[in-house]
Amino acid sequence: MSQVTSHTDPILELRDVRMHFPVTHGFLFKRHVGTVKAVDGVTLILRRGEVLGLVGESGCGKSTLARTIMQLVPTTAGAVVLEGKNLTAGSAAEVHAIRRDLQMVFQDPYASLNPRLTVYATLAEPLLFHRVCQPAAVPARVAELMRVVGLAPRLVRKYPHEFSGGQRQRIAIARALALEPKIIIADEPVSALDVSIQAQILNLLADLVRRMNLSLVFIAHDLSVVKHISDRVAVMYLGKIVELGPAADVIERPRHPYTRALVSAIPAPDPETERTRQRIILAGDPPSPLNPPAGCAFHPRCPHAQEKCQLAVPPLAADGPTREVACLRLGEL
Amino acid sequence: MALLTVTDLRTHFHTRNGIVRAADGVSFSLERGETLGIVGESGSGKTVTGYSLMGLLPTPPARIEGGTALFAGTDLLHCTPREARALRGKRISMIFQDPMTSLNPYLRISEQLIEPLLIHEEISRRDALADALAMLESVGIPDAQKRLRLYPHEFSGGMRQRVMIAMALITKPELLIADEPTTALDVTVQAQILDLIKKMQRELGMAVIFITHDLGVVSGLCDRVQVMYAGRIVETADTRALFHSPRHPYTRALQRSIPSLQPKGTELYTIPGLPPDLSKPIAGCAFAPRCEHATARCTATDPALADVAPGHTQACLRVQAGEL
Ligand SMILES: Nc1ncnc2c1ncn2[C@@H]1O[C@H](COP(=O)(O)OP(=O)(O)OP(=O)(O)O)[C@@H](O)[C@H]1O
Ligand SMILES: Nc1ncnc2c1ncn2[C@@H]1O[C@H](COP(=O)(O)OP(=O)(O)OP(=O)(O)O)[C@@H](O)[C@H]1O
Ligand SMILES: [Mg+2]
Ligand SMILES: [Mg+2]
Repeated sequence: MSQVTSHTDPILELRDVRMHFPVTHGFLFKRHVGTVKAVDGVTLILRRGEVLGLVGESGCGKSTLARTIMQLVPTTAGAVVLEGKNLTAGSAAEVHAIRRDLQMVFQDPYASLNPRLTVYATLAEPLLFHRVCQPAAVPARVAELMRVVGLAPRLVRKYPHEFSGGQRQRIAIARALALEPKIIIADEPVSALDVSIQAQILNLLADLVRRMNLSLVFIAHDLSVVKHISDRVAVMYLGKIVELGPAADVIERPRHPYTRALVSAIPAPDPETERTRQRIILAGDPPSPLNPPAGCAFHPRCPHAQEKCQLAVPPLAADGPTREVACLRLGEL
Repeated sequence: MALLTVTDLRTHFHTRNGIVRAADGVSFSLERGETLGIVGESGSGKTVTGYSLMGLLPTPPARIEGGTALFAGTDLLHCTPREARALRGKRISMIFQDPMTSLNPYLRISEQLIEPLLIHEEISRRDALADALAMLESVGIPDAQKRLRLYPHEFSGGMRQRVMIAMALITKPELLIADEPTTALDVTVQAQILDLIKKMQRELGMAVIFITHDLGVVSGLCDRVQVMYAGRIVETADTRALFHSPRHPYTRALQRSIPSLQPKGTELYTIPGLPPDLSKPIAGCAFAPRCEHATARCTATDPALADVAPGHTQACLRVQAGEL
């Protein structure tokens, strides 16, 4: 975690990015029954060297946002701008060249690693494909990558199933680092791991960010993990960012009613806190993205909702110099 | 008298790669109405312990090698199938991390809810359906009357979990074994489900064994907590004592590695190494290879649980010797 002052310079910009999926029914005669607005107007800046945490409930669009940044899916609207270059408007060749700068790490390292490839083959492939180094230099580079993520280079002849979950995640991180990217997008990289292993991977990511001046988008649903690693945090609800600001600030003094509920729902590993605190239990389920509520998407579950909340979509607006919140009742709460 | 007394439960898996000692001398007891948390890392034997009590393990490869589990006078590990049927699913219920493991995808929720009632109680179908409706309402399913007719896939994850809880509680069991029922859920939904379990527990006065790897969940829910490592219990204490004065080095290490307890910007504390391979014999304390306090004696002597304070038991030899 580098100092906040050092990363003011934007490396990646999202401008009103939208990713809508058509939903069809039927097999032969597909009927269009609606649209899932998985990402619905996200504007965001990622700064050089910063860790941006992205949190929100299952289905709110975190992974879809990650995939649009990676240009793994064509965006419906908006622009993804990497160091001044608009990826959404770029040619295939341009996107391919830029892709090196953006790498991704997934939640389930087992699913994202090819079970038939040794670790050596897994790490050598991107080096050879993108001609990062001379073929003769590949073995040394692979060994170096292993050391960077804290694995013994002699393990490269093994297959993914011979490793533990935490070790597999290290391999996935090594593969992401192979092309010396500027940005890593980690989609729930520690959610499947035990606390003790989680801590190892978090330390590794934090250390890599610091040493290599990487920018990291860290997706998680566990706010306490996000708080630890992130400089800033963005809270998503149903395809939109509802709150954004310095991580500790947002988590200790949440402003949006949804963020408040999210923070209050984290079980504290301390019996006294647990017994005395007032938990905000939200009524109802997260809404269906196929049929989102009108107005503020959170209003049916919001303890503070009023009539106006059903009518207008609140914009993400500045709340002091460092924070942004999307709530119509912000001034009144 | 305790509701459940488990003594020296040993459950092993006989696999091609050797004998996996998944539960290896587990003893604990539970009073009526009490909530006991079982915590530990992945593979420590939490689920195997719960499954052993429920008779849910496939045999082979699993085999109960020894021990007893007395529930209201009946040994759950050695009872006849008839005795087992009278207890499990009626006086003892279990809920799981993945609700789909206990819900039948092809049956309407109504049929699944009334099944245990029709099996265990002399009740008409009509009365059973009325009970099912009341139960769905009390677990907070809106529009319960309409939803009774739906199939499991027509519910969201959180609602399916509620349906499974309703199914487990419809016979008003005295003991509920909950195996990570909220691990797959969002925190806001988790908060709803934990709240629901507490409410149902108060209403029914049942005892709960709550299995989880999340120390945070345990701290708000459980009266007592036991920590498992490599198939054994290494520490048991009431929740407050376990969080404020943990004694076993493994419990302390586990607690130290929680991110929210550590200041931002610092390197997180991590436990070195990995849990042991349970198919290999373990000499002495299973945690010794990862323990910063281990001495030669730790790998030479098998530790046993001993009291450090009233109601607080732990298995570290060095703590017992007064060295830590
Ligand atoms: N290819 C697709 N076609 C149709 N709908 C999709 C597609 N991919 C995602 N969605 C929908 O978009 C919404 C957002 O999904 P996404 O996977 O981005 O959520 P998430 O925030 O990553 O959730 P989780 O925490 O469960 O990973 C969901 O409603 C999902 O069903
Ligand atoms: N069918 C099986 N055959 C062989 N070994 C098994 C089987 N089921 C479980 N085990 C082993 O028993 C040990 C204990 O497993 P168990 O599922 O009880 O762990 P757990 O504490 O519930 O972990 P988790 O937190 O991952 O659910 C593990 O080492 C596991 O590999
Ligand atoms: Mg996702
Ligand atoms: Mg388990």
